[in-house]
Parts: sequence; C-alpha cells; structure tokens
Amino acid sequence: MAEVRVLVGTRKGAFILTSDGKREKWDVSGPFFGGWEIYHLKGSPVDPNRIYASQSSSWFGQLIQRSNDGGKTWEPVDNKFVYDGIPGTHQWYDGTPHPWEFKRVWHLEPSLSDPDTVYAGVEDAALFRTSDGGKSWHELSGLRTQGTGANWMPGAGGMCLHTILIDAINPQRIFIAISAAGAFRTDDGGQTWKPINRGLKSNHIPDPTAEVGHCVHRIAAHRSRPNVLFMQKHWDVMRSDDAGDSWHEVSGNLPTDFGFTIDVHAHEPETVFVVPIKSDSEHYPLDGKLQVFRSRTGGNDWEPLTNGLPQRDCYVNVLRDAMAVDSLDECGIYFGTTGGQVYASADSGNHWMPIVRDLPPVVAVEVQTLP
Amino acid sequence: MIRIVLPPHLRTLAKVGSEVTVEVEGPATRNAILDKLEADYPMLRGTIRDHVTLKRRPFLRFFACSEDLSFEPGETLLPEAVVAGIEPFFVVGAVAGG
Repeated sequence: MAEVRVLVGTRKGAFILTSDGKREKWDVSGPFFGGWEIYHLKGSPVDPNRIYASQSSSWFGQLIQRSNDGGKTWEPVDNKFVYDGIPGTHQWYDGTPHPWEFKRVWHLEPSLSDPDTVYAGVEDAALFRTSDGGKSWHELSGLRTQGTGANWMPGAGGMCLHTILIDAINPQRIFIAISAAGAFRTDDGGQTWKPINRGLKSNHIPDPTAEVGHCVHRIAAHRSRPNVLFMQKHWDVMRSDDAGDSWHEVSGNLPTDFGFTIDVHAHEPETVFVVPIKSDSEHYPLDGKLQVFRSRTGGNDWEPLTNGLPQRDCYVNVLRDAMAVDSLDECGIYFGTTGGQVYASADSGNHWMPIVRDLPPVVAVEVQTLP
Repeated sequence: MIRIVLPPHLRTLAKVGSEVTVEVEGPATRNAILDKLEADYPMLRGTIRDHVTLKRRPFLRFFACSEDLSFEPGETLLPEAVVAGIEPFFVVGAVAGG
C-alpha cells in the first residue's frame, strides 16, 4: 500500500509524519535539528529518500541538511551562499539604497529530473542552484540583475524569494516570486528573467500597477498545465492562463482575499485551495473560524470547507509554504498553522482532522506520496 | 592544545562534547584557532564567522579568562592561560530570543 510522508518545518525544528494510504493513523518523528528554524524541507521527485532541509538561526546563520534515507539520518552540506559579483543595492524600507545581504534560505526546490540539482530561494532575494547535491551553491544572478532589482523593497517579513515553480513540461521555464517585488519567469533555465506582474493591482504602493513592487505571497500550478498559474497575493487571489504574461483576479466570493498560501488539487487542475486570513494587520482567520476555501472552477466561485476544523476561538495563521497535496487517488490536502497543528484531509478537503496538534509554529509543509 | 567551549547547538552540529581542542602552528590568535576549528570541523564554517568577511556573527561573543574578547582584533594574541590550555576559549551565544 502507498505511504504518505509529510515533511514539517517549524520555528523550533523539523518533524516527519508518516501514514499509510488510508491516512488515518500517523507516526510522528522528530524534532530534527531541535531549536533551529526550519524554513523548508523538500524531497526529490526522482529519489524521494533524498530530502533537503533549510536550517537557520539568528545566532548561527544558515545550514543546509541533506538526507539520503528519507529523513532518518542527515548530513550538513555546503552553506556558503555568496552573491555573484558585486551585489549592489536594493531599496530599504525608507526608500534609501541598501546593500544586498544574505540572511537565510526560505525555499528549496529539487529538480524534477536530477536529485543532485536543487534551487534555493533566499533572503535578500536571489536564486541559487546546486548541481552536486548541495556540495556547492551558485547564484543564478540573471534574476537579481535583470534590471529592476535596485527598485525591489522588502516586505514586512524580509525581502525573500519564497516560491520556485519548475515547469513540469518545459524545465527550462521556472517561475519565482519575491516579497515584495513580484513574480518573475525564466525561459532559458535561469540565465535571463523578466517580471510577470501585468494585471496585478496593489493599492498600497505608489503606482498600483507598477511592473514590480507587488507583494506576491505564493504561486501554485498543476503539473499537467504549467501555463495556468494561481497566485495568493497580499490581497487578491489571481489567475494567469498565459504563464504569467497577464493576470486577472479570481477572488470572487471569498470573505476576505488576504492570505498566504494557495495550492492546486493533484488530479483536478481547476480545483484550488486557499486559507483566507482576515487582513494584513490581523493575521488570523475571520471570526475565529478556521476555514479552507475550495474552488472547483479555477477561481471566483469558492466554498468553505470546515468539517473537522475549529469554528470558534481560532486565531492561528497559515503561512505561505505551509500547504501541500498528496497524489493518492483520493487527493489529500495538508496544512500547518502557527499554532502548531497540522491538519489533513484525505478526501479533497471535505473532512479534516489534526494529525499532530502541539508542534512549534509551523512554517512549511510538504508531502511525499511513496509507492 | 587550546581548549574551545562551543554553545550547545554547535556541539550537536559538530558531534562533539562540551570542549574541543585544537593545535595551531604559529601565533595563537583568535583567527588562527577559529581557522583550525573550522578546518577540523567543516560543518562549523559560517556558523561562528561570516564565510566571506570572517566577521563574528552578531549574536555570538568570545570570552576567555573572565574577559570579553569579542571586540579585540582577530590577530590579537590570546591570553597566555588560553594558549597554555589552562583556561578555555568560550564561544557564547547571546541570551536572547524565545
């Protein structure tokens, strides 16, 4: 029977949750790297036992850990992230130039075809790649130097490159997103990049339709249809049908269109999940009710999913990297909260249960479906 | 032999006990002992000092012989008691955070 492995990054370590295909009983292992912030863990699609983890702390900086046995044992690999050339400056919060400074790795995205190749999205925003399993990292500096970098400004959480989507059909095409610069795309494997923010409207910036400066929180796509992108922006849920060349809003009947995370059903490319959050100044669900919203129409028409989720006195947040789906026949959805719960649904969101409830604040959730 | 006491997280990372010892050739400066420590335990590179600038990470301090050596130049000779192995050189994490 198939097995599901959920990789959970928290503010105080990593945890691995495993279950069989029924997804009713769960084993919890960890904490791994106890006391460290684990911004993200992700396994290689071609070698699921190869897992990479971003481990960081304000005291000791950044580490990258690698496992070759599904997370049972780990080894530190190279942690040297040095910008290519003279990094130059971006805008600081007050509009003055500020030197690019590496702070941490927010997201690790293993290649779809090579377990030794991994992309790393970092703060201050840049994209790095290893092609030797993490023994060395090199910046794809065409992103940072493509022309608008000097105008990028950090969001409240820092100027982080937090989303990396590799086109499953054309791996030369990669999408990334930066808070608060926006979305970008390469069509040549990362050498050159262009902003893809046409159609985004952000009323909190001087020019609401500027080429860059949008606080994109997360982008998701279905593997079979990589030209169709869904975005949770600071405010607004957006959709693109042309690989990001243009966007239109699909917030529709959502009770609030602020939020952080968004994901797409494993087998239904038009089924999308978001977790609405009250506002940018109140990072918790509306009215103390934790609700996932599902659209089966690619946006605009949303339905609340509440069965098994707390419907009173719930004031947690669900962060941008904290939702994932499995690929079992009946698609499973998983998300973690800043209150330390990881919720799972084994039926596309109709019913939910906490599979662990007292972890440190959850930052990242990834799922591996194992044969 | 120079004794170095690491903070608990770095002991776990380097898989060492409460103290490690290093031997340096030439003048026993802070830079020299940290260079040797990182050569013996490569996983510590970047955790105490920045990879490129070799500056101390802001939330760490260096203590020895009841003195704060954090702001001494890296090429300053360490106290004789540290060089003789009588007193350890402490790498200390700031008491901060939650």
